[in-house]
Amino acid sequence: MACALSAAKEGVYVTLLERESSVGGVLNQCIHNGFGLQFYHQELTGPEFASRLIDDMNMENVKIISQSYVRDIDVRKRVAQVLSPDGAYEIQAGALVISTGARERPFGSLLIPGDRPAGVMPAGVAQRYVNLENRIPARKAMILGSGDIGLIMARRLTLEGVEVVSVLERMSYPGGLTRNIVQCLEDFDIPLHLSTTVTGISGDGRLRSVEISKVDENFTPVPGTSRTIDVDALILSAGLLPQVEDFSDNLEVDPMNRGFLVSNTCESSTEGVFAAGNNVAIFDLVDYVAAEGWIAGRHAALFSRGVNTSGDRVPVFRGKNISVLVPGIVDMEEHLRLYIRLRKPMEKGVVVLKELKIEKKFSYGVPSEMIQLVVNRDKLQPLMNYGKLTVEVQ
Amino acid sequence: MEGHITCVICPVGCKVSVRKEGVQYTIEGNRCARGEEYARNELMMPKRILTTSIGVSNGTLPLVSVKTPRPIDRARIKEIMKEIKNLSIAAPVAVGDTVVEDIDGEGTPLLATRAVSCNGGREKTTLPT
Amino acid sequence: MRSVVIGGGVIGTLIARQLSKFEGEVILIEKREDLGQGITKANSAIIHGGYDDPPASLRGRLCARGNELYDRLARELKVPVNRIGSIVVARNEEELKKLEELLVNGQANGVRDLRIVGREELHELEPAISSVFNYALYCGSAGITEPWMVAIAASINAARNGAEIITGDGVVGGRVEEGSIKSLRLASGREIKNIDIVINATGLFYEKVARLFDVEVPPVKLRRGEYILLDKRASDLVRRIVFPLPTASGKGRLVLPTIDGGVLLGPTSEELQDFTPQELKTTAEGLYSVRQSGKELIPGIDSPQWYVKSFAGIRPESSGKDFYIKAACEIDNFITVGAIRSPGLTAAPAIAEYVVLELLPSIGVSLEEKRNFDPFIEEQTRIKELPFEAISSLIESDPLYGKIICQCNEVSEAEIVQSIRDGARTIDGVKFRTRAGFGRCQGGFCSWKIASILSRELGKDLSEIRQNVPESWITDGKVRERC
Repeated sequence: MACALSAAKEGVYVTLLERESSVGGVLNQCIHNGFGLQFYHQELTGPEFASRLIDDMNMENVKIISQSYVRDIDVRKRVAQVLSPDGAYEIQAGALVISTGARERPFGSLLIPGDRPAGVMPAGVAQRYVNLENRIPARKAMILGSGDIGLIMARRLTLEGVEVVSVLERMSYPGGLTRNIVQCLEDFDIPLHLSTTVTGISGDGRLRSVEISKVDENFTPVPGTSRTIDVDALILSAGLLPQVEDFSDNLEVDPMNRGFLVSNTCESSTEGVFAAGNNVAIFDLVDYVAAEGWIAGRHAALFSRGVNTSGDRVPVFRGKNISVLVPGIVDMEEHLRLYIRLRKPMEKGVVVLKELKIEKKFSYGVPSEMIQLVVNRDKLQPLMNYGKLTVEVQ
Repeated sequence: MEGHITCVICPVGCKVSVRKEGVQYTIEGNRCARGEEYARNELMMPKRILTTSIGVSNGTLPLVSVKTPRPIDRARIKEIMKEIKNLSIAAPVAVGDTVVEDIDGEGTPLLATRAVSCNGGREKTTLPT
Repeated sequence: MRSVVIGGGVIGTLIARQLSKFEGEVILIEKREDLGQGITKANSAIIHGGYDDPPASLRGRLCARGNELYDRLARELKVPVNRIGSIVVARNEEELKKLEELLVNGQANGVRDLRIVGREELHELEPAISSVFNYALYCGSAGITEPWMVAIAASINAARNGAEIITGDGVVGGRVEEGSIKSLRLASGREIKNIDIVINATGLFYEKVARLFDVEVPPVKLRRGEYILLDKRASDLVRRIVFPLPTASGKGRLVLPTIDGGVLLGPTSEELQDFTPQELKTTAEGLYSVRQSGKELIPGIDSPQWYVKSFAGIRPESSGKDFYIKAACEIDNFITVGAIRSPGLTAAPAIAEYVVLELLPSIGVSLEEKRNFDPFIEEQTRIKELPFEAISSLIESDPLYGKIICQCNEVSEAEIVQSIRDGARTIDGVKFRTRAGFGRCQGGFCSWKIASILSRELGKDLSEIRQNVPESWITDGKVRERC
C-alpha cells in the first residue's frame, strides 16, 4: 500500500492487485498497537494503519483490484496473468513491484515426530480465528517459538480465557521484541522456557499432549529432560519465510535473507521489477516495511515514466557477526537505508561500514531487533573507489 | 518489597530493580530518568493500552477491533475483559467511534479501530468479507 | 441380488465399481467421513512394475495385471497416472545378481519394459543418482498416481451406476442365519437386510471384521512406514522412482516424485507388536533413517529448506506375506480381501476383477452384465491445470472459478464447493479432493477459509466443522456471543 501511494504521488497510473477481498494483508488481523510510529508519527493498531493507507490511496486515485490472483508473470515483459471472479485477464505494466510478503513456517517442516492431530496451527491462523472469525481455536495452549506473533497471541488468547501454559523457545534467547516479552508474557505470568522445544506430539483426532525437552546449542534434545504436558493446542511461531519461490527462477534471491536480492532503490536483479517488504527479508517493524515500500514505489514509478534513476552500483558484502542484511546492492543515486540483524546477542558492539568509514555503536543488541542505519547519498561516493561496501559488526 | 522489571521505553531494555522501604523507593539499574519513572509507575500501578474486540450486531463482520486511547490500570484488565464479553454495538461503526464511553471508571473510552458497515451494505475496501 | 462391500479404500471402491457393472444392488460402507482415508492415503502412491513378487503368489499375478489396467483406469476415472519408470540400483557385481533375479521374476510375471542397465544409461536415466551405483534394473511400466483419487473416483463412478455409498458409518455386527449373513448392523443403528453377498475389504481391520462373523482368517500383523514429503524444488533431483536393493524386510526406503510435483522419501518398515491401528506416529529414529537413505541414493536431497511434512502409514500383512483373498468356509456368502500389503495399490483393479469375475462365480454367484454400465466419470476441473485461455469462459459460467482460495495450489472456490457437493464433509475431505492446503504454506493461508466454506455449504456452525475424524474439532466457542 505504501508503495502504491508513493508511486501515485509521482503521477503515474497505479494498479494494486490484492488477492483477498480487501487490502491490508495481516494488518487486518493485527488488532494490537505498535504500527505507524515512524510512518504516521502516531502509534496505531494494525487496522487503523491499514485504514489510513487506504484513505490516502483513495485520495491519490490508486486503482485497487481485490480478489485478483496473479497466476503467472512474465518478468521480462512485465505482463501478469490475473484470475478474478470478474474474469481472467492480462495486465501490462511499465514497472512492477512485488510485495508478496512472507508465509509462516508450517509445522510439518519441523519434522517433529508423533501423531498428526488437529490443534496444531501457525499463530497467524489462531489470530485470524480470534480477531476476525470470532472463534476460539483452543482451550489450553502451548506456544512454540518466542517470535513476536507467538508472544502477541499468548496475550490475546489469555485475554479471551484460554489457558496459555507456556512459551517455548529453542534458542537460548527470546526471538521477539523485549516490549512484547514484558507486555505479553510477564504481565500474565506466562513462563518462557528457553533452550526448550517440542519433541513429540500426541493425540487421536485432536491434540492431547506434547512432549517437551531441553536442547543444546545444536538443538539436539538433552537426554532425560523430556516432560509431557497436556494441551489441546500447539500454536506455532517458528519463523516467517519470504514468499519468493514463484519467482526464484527469474529473480535472484539472497540465500542468507532468503528473500529477493535488491538494491537500495528496491530494484531486483531484473530491470523494472522491484521488490520490498518481507519478501526481501523478514523485517521486525511494519514501519520499516512501509518505508521500503515507499522507496520501491517511487523508483518503480520513475522507471515506468522512462526516468533513469539508477546510478553506479556496488555490491554489499557481509562481514563478521551479520546475518540478515538489506540491501544487497548500493545504488549511488539513492540514500542508503541499511537493515542489519546480528548473528547472536551482543552486549555491545559497533556496526562498521568499512569503505565509508562510518560506525554506529549499540548496546544490548539481539538478533530479533533490527539495527537500521541511514547514510545520505552524498556520502556514498567513496564506494566507487573500492567497488564494494562491506558491513560488519565488531 | 522488592522487584525487578524490564524497562520498555527504549530498545536497551534495562533490567531495573525496585526496592520499597516504608515510603522510600530505591531504584537501580536504569540508565536514564525515563527508566526511573517507568520503573516507579510499573511498581505502583502498571498501565497498559488495551486492544481487544467488541461484538457487532447487524454488521458485515461479527467483531469490531477496539483500543483504549491511553494506558489503563493493568490490574483492572481481567475484570474489564469479563464485562466486555457481553457488550455489543450495532453497525455501522467508523474508525474512531466511541464503542464504550467509560471502560475503567476513569473516563477511558474504547474506540473502534476498524470500520464495519451494515449487513447488506457494500463494504469499502477496508475489511475482509 | 444385493451385495455389500465393507470398506471404502481403493480396494473396496474398485470392487464396488466392478460389482456395479452387473445387475443387482451394490452398497459400499465406509466408517470414516470420506473414502480412501485409511491405508489408501498413506503410502508411496506407486504403480509397481511387478518384478518383486514371486510368480507363484497371488500378488505376483495381480500386480502385473493391475499395472496394465491403470491406463484404462486413468482414461475412465480420470485419475492421474504418470509412468515415470523405476530403477533398482546396485553397486557391484554381487548386487547385480539380485537385479538379475528380479529381472527373471519380472519376466515370469509378464512385466513390460524391464531391463538391466549399466552405469552410463543409469546416469542418463537419473542424473543425480549417487556415483557409487553402477547398475540398475529399469522398469518403464512403473509409475505414480494419486491413490485417494482412485478411491474417490471409483466411488463416484460406482454411484453413477447405481451403487449406494455410505460414509461416516461402520459395520458393528450382523445376523447370520443358516450359514449366511442375512443383515448387517451399522454404528448409527441402521440395519441393512436381505443381503446376498458381503465383501470384507476393511484394510487393517480385515481380521477384526471377519471375527464379527466367526470367520477364520490369517492373523493380521501391522507394519508401519514413515515418510517425508519434500518441496517441489527438490524435484529437479529426481526423475524416476528410485529403489535401493530389496531386502527381507521389503523394498526399502525410496526416493520418488509425487504426482503433484513434490518428492517423497521413505518408507521405513517397522513391525508393530500389538494391534494398534491408530499408531500412525512418526518417530525421531524413523525420520532420521528416511533422510539418511535418501541421501545415499540421491546426494543433496536431504535439505531442511525443502521439508514440507512427515507422516506415517500402516499396512496389514499376514505371515504368508501374500494377499489373502478367499471366500469363507464358515459362511457361504462372505469373502475376505485381506492382508493387502504392497503392491496393493497397483493390484487393486486386478483384485476387483479377481473377486467379482472369479471368486464370486466360484461360490455359486451368477452375474448378469448390465447393458448400460457407464465406465466414465467427468474430468475434474482443476484451474491449476487449465491453460489461461480456457479459464475465462469458466469464470463466466461461475465466478467462483476466479476466486482462488488456496493460493499455493491455485484452487478456486468453485472447485471446493464442488468437492463438498461430491461428498467432502471435512477439511481433509476438501483437501484430498481438491489439493487445497497441500502446497507450500500447508494450509496456513487457506485452512480457515476452507472451514468457512464448509460451514456455509453444509449449513453448520464453524465449531461443528472437523479436520477429519469426529474428535478433530477446529474451534471451540465464539469470542463474542452477542453479534
